[in-house]
Amino acid sequence: MRKDADFHAPTPAGESAAAPVRTPDGGDRPVLSLLRFITCGSVDDGKSTLIGRLLHDTGQIREDQVDALRRDSRRFGTQGERLDLALLTDGLAAEREQGITIDVAYRFFSTARRRFIVADCPGHEQYTRNMVTGASTAAAAVLLVDARHGVATQTRRHAYLCHLLGIRQVILAVNKMDLVAFDRAAHEAVDAQFRAFADALGIAHITSVPISALAGDNVLTPSPRLGWHDGPTLVGALEAAEPDDARGLAGPFRMPVQAVHRAPAGERSFAGLVASGTARRGERVTVLPSGASTTVAQILSGFASVDETAAGQSVALVLADPVDCSRGSVICAAGTAPEHAAAFEATLVWMDEEPLLPGRAYTMKLATQTVSVRVQEPRHEVNINTLEHLAARTLRRNSIGVAEILCDQPVLFEPYATSRALGGFILVHPANGRTVGAGMITAPLRRTQNVQWQPLAVTRQTRASLKRQRPRVLWFTGLSGAGKSTIANAVEERLVAAGHHTFLLDGDNIRQGLNRDLGFGDADRVENIRRIGEVARLMTDAGLIVLAAFISPFRAERDMVRSLLPPGEFVEIFVDTPLAVAEARDVKGLYRKARAGEIANFTGISSPYEPPLAPELTVDTTSLSPEEAADLVIERLKPF
Amino acid sequence: MRPIDHLSHLESEAMHIIREVAAECSRPVMLYSAGKDSKVMLHLARKAFHPATPPFPLLHIDTTWKFRAMYEQRGRDAQEAGMELLVWRNPDAVREGINPFDHGARHTTMWKTEGLKQALDHYRFDAAFGGARRDEEPTRAKERILSVRTPAHAWDPRQQRPELWNLYNTSTSGGTSLRVFPLSNWTEIDIWDYVRRERLDLVPLYFAAPRPVVEREKQWLMVDDARFPLRPGEQPQLRSVRFRTLGCYPLTGAIDSTAATLDEVIAELRAAPSSERSGRTVDRDTASGTLEDRKREGYF
Repeated sequence: MRKDADFHAPTPAGESAAAPVRTPDGGDRPVLSLLRFITCGSVDDGKSTLIGRLLHDTGQIREDQVDALRRDSRRFGTQGERLDLALLTDGLAAEREQGITIDVAYRFFSTARRRFIVADCPGHEQYTRNMVTGASTAAAAVLLVDARHGVATQTRRHAYLCHLLGIRQVILAVNKMDLVAFDRAAHEAVDAQFRAFADALGIAHITSVPISALAGDNVLTPSPRLGWHDGPTLVGALEAAEPDDARGLAGPFRMPVQAVHRAPAGERSFAGLVASGTARRGERVTVLPSGASTTVAQILSGFASVDETAAGQSVALVLADPVDCSRGSVICAAGTAPEHAAAFEATLVWMDEEPLLPGRAYTMKLATQTVSVRVQEPRHEVNINTLEHLAARTLRRNSIGVAEILCDQPVLFEPYATSRALGGFILVHPANGRTVGAGMITAPLRRTQNVQWQPLAVTRQTRASLKRQRPRVLWFTGLSGAGKSTIANAVEERLVAAGHHTFLLDGDNIRQGLNRDLGFGDADRVENIRRIGEVARLMTDAGLIVLAAFISPFRAERDMVRSLLPPGEFVEIFVDTPLAVAEARDVKGLYRKARAGEIANFTGISSPYEPPLAPELTVDTTSLSPEEAADLVIERLKPF
Repeated sequence: MRPIDHLSHLESEAMHIIREVAAECSRPVMLYSAGKDSKVMLHLARKAFHPATPPFPLLHIDTTWKFRAMYEQRGRDAQEAGMELLVWRNPDAVREGINPFDHGARHTTMWKTEGLKQALDHYRFDAAFGGARRDEEPTRAKERILSVRTPAHAWDPRQQRPELWNLYNTSTSGGTSLRVFPLSNWTEIDIWDYVRRERLDLVPLYFAAPRPVVEREKQWLMVDDARFPLRPGEQPQLRSVRFRTLGCYPLTGAIDSTAATLDEVIAELRAAPSSERSGRTVDRDTASGTLEDRKREGYF
C-alpha cells in the first residue's frame, strides 16, 4: 500500500492549481482537481440543454445512451427530429410526463484538467429549497440568462440565493446567442444589467460568457460566430474557478470530531474531516470546548501515517496528552477558537410543509454537534424577489428570514461567511425526523448570556426541606374531556390532606389570565405550554408540588417542559381516554361544536394529539373512576 | 499545500459519510456483493476506521446464481477485513427454486428485492450502506446520499430529505430506515482509477481471459456451471471476454476484450462506445423508468 502522502506532494514551482500533473507512480492519468458548481436559470433559459451539452461534448454520453435519447426525443422531446439534450438530465418519470425538473440532480463530467460535479437546480418558484440544497456545496454558479429577455426576476432570485449560500464566483452564461444573431451588443446589455444588480448584492467575482447551448457555441470550444468575445469559454471559466477545498486552506485549522476510535492496542484517535487550514505533526492544538492544549502526535490518513493534513481531508489525529475530546469537540490551531455560545442570529431557509413554530424544540445539527434549539419569532422575512424585509411571525415552506436561535447548551460555531462547515446547520423535526430547515449563522448573541441568573441565598433545597416534601411537576396530558382536571383535583385534595404544599395549574384558568393573549393555532399552543412550563419551574423552585392539567397535544412541548426541570422532577401522567369515549362524555359540549365546525383547531378533531411514548404513568379512565385514578397516582408516585 | 486531487476528495467525502452514519445510527450494515464498487466501499470503510475494524457487519444478499469467482472473492475479502459476513438467501426463493432461466423478472424480485427486505427486517438494521453511484442511471442522479425508506422499504422520491453541506440527517422513526450511498459522486472511471491507485485486487472476471460463452440476444453469456440449460444446437465456445459489471451470471453479458491488466481495462473503458449498465439485462425489462419502479418497491 502506497502512502497517501505521495499524493499531496508540494506544488512544483510556477504550476497553477488547475494544471494537469502526472501521477507520482508514473501512470499516464493526470491528477485532476475537483470543482462543484450549480446551474440555475429561469424555466426556459435552456439549463437542461446546457447540461446535456456539457455531458455530450465532454464525451460522457455513450452510444447506447444516445440511442435511448433518440427514442426518448421522439417520444417526449421538444426539438422535432433533433436530439433533445435536455432529456439526458430529466430523470424521473413524473418529470418527463410534466416536462419539468422537480428535484436537484447531480451530474459528472471531466476535462483534461478537472473533474466536475454539477448540481442541476430547477428554476421553479416553489423549489427554493432545492436550489439552496444544490448551492450549499457549490464553489461556483453558472447563471443562465436568455439573451433575448435579459435578467429576469428569477435570475435575481437565484443570484441572491447563490450569494446567501456563500458562492463567491458567478459565471453569467448569456444563452441563445444564436437567436440574437450572435450580436455583441445584446450580450453587453445583459452583462451590464446583471452587474448592476450583482454589485448591489456584493457578488465580487463575475465572469460573463456568451453561448448557445443548443448549437454548442462557446461551451467547450471557442466559436468563430462569437469571435468578438475575448473572455474564456464556459468550460474555460469553470476550469479557472477556485474549488472550495482551496478556499478552506487559508483559514486556521479546525477539525470537528466525528468519533473516537480505539486501536486494538488501546490508543485513541480522533476522526474527522478537516474543515479549514492545515496541521502538521508536532504542532500545538487546542481542543474545544474543554480548552485543553496538546500536540498532534500522529496524523492517520487511511492506513498511512502522514506529516501534514489540510482542509477537505478525512483523517484521524492521535494527540500527545489524554485530553477530554469526543464527538462534537473541535480540534483547533493553538491560540485560535471559534465562537462558543448558546444563542446566535441566523438566516433561515424553511423547507417543510409545516411552518416554523417559534418556541418549539427542534434538533439542530451543526458540524458534528447535535443539540435541541428553539427558534424565536423571526425578526423579518426576506422577499427574495425584491430583497425587502417583511414583518413575519413564522416562516413557511420556501421562505427565508432572520431569527435568533437559542440552544439548550452552548455550541461551537463561526459565522457562515467565515466557515461553511462551522456556520451552516440543519433543523430536524424531533418527532417525524424530517429536515425542516437550514440556517446560516450571521453573528453570535451575547445578550442572553449577559442577563445572569440571580444566585439565591435561600436555595430550592432549603425551601423543599422546610416543606418536608419533594417538589415535582405532575403533568396530566390527554384529550379534552379525558378527565385531567377532575383527577388532578382529586390528587391535590389527597396531598393537601396529607399536609403537603401544592398548587394546581389548570388550562382554562391560565387561558383567562397569564395566557389571555394566546389563541389555539400551533404557534400559540407552543407558547402557551412554554409559559406554563416556566411558571411550574418557578413554583418547584419555591418548593411546591405542582399539578398541571393541560391537553398539551405535542410531544415536543412536553419534552421542552421536561428539559426545564432537574431530572426526575417532571412526571408525565397520560390520562388515557379514547377519542370516542371523550366525545361521548362531552362534558362541556365542545366536541359537538367542533364537529359542527364552530371551533377551529380542536385537538382530536381538527388538530393532532401525540400520545406520550414513555410516560411515567398511564391512567386508563375506561376502567378506573376519577377517585380510583387519584388513588393510583398517589400510590405509584409516593413518597411525596 | 495544493488543494487535494479529485480521488482524494471523493475518498474523504465517502469516509466522512461512513463515519457519520456509524456514529449516529444504532444498527448499520454494509451491503457487499464482491463487485468492484463493493470492493472500493469496503476499502473506504476500513480506511475510515483504521486502526480499528469497521463497527458493522457485511451483508451479502445471495441469489445462489452469482459467478463462482465472486463467492471465492467474498470469502477472501471478509477475512482480510476481519469483519463479520452475513449471507441471506430468501427462503421462499430457495423453496420455490427461483432461477433466471424459468422465472424471468421474478428472479430479481424474489432474490434481490424481497431478500434484501427480509434480511434488513430480520436483523433490524436501521441503515444499509450500498455501492450505487449517481452516474449509473438517470433516476440515480436524483438519489440522496442518505435515502429514507418506508417501513415497507419503499422509496418515495417526493419524500426525500433535502441534503445540505455535508450534514446528514440520520433520524429514523416508526420503522423507517436508511440506504446510504457513500460512492454517490463517483463515476465508473473514478472507481477504476481508485482501484489502481490503491492496488485493490478484484474478481478476475473484470479482466479478459478465455471463457466458455454462448450468444443470446446479441450478448455473450458465460456458462459458469452445469445449471446453465443449453438450447438445442448451442455449443459453448471459448472467447476472450471480460465483464464491466457483475451480477447473476445468467443475466450478465460479457464483452469481447483482450484487456487483461488494469491499465488495459482503463484504456479500453475510455474508448468504450457503450455505458456500464448496458450489459445488465435487468435494467431493460420494459420501457425506460423501470429502475425507478423497482426502487419504489424496495430494490436497492
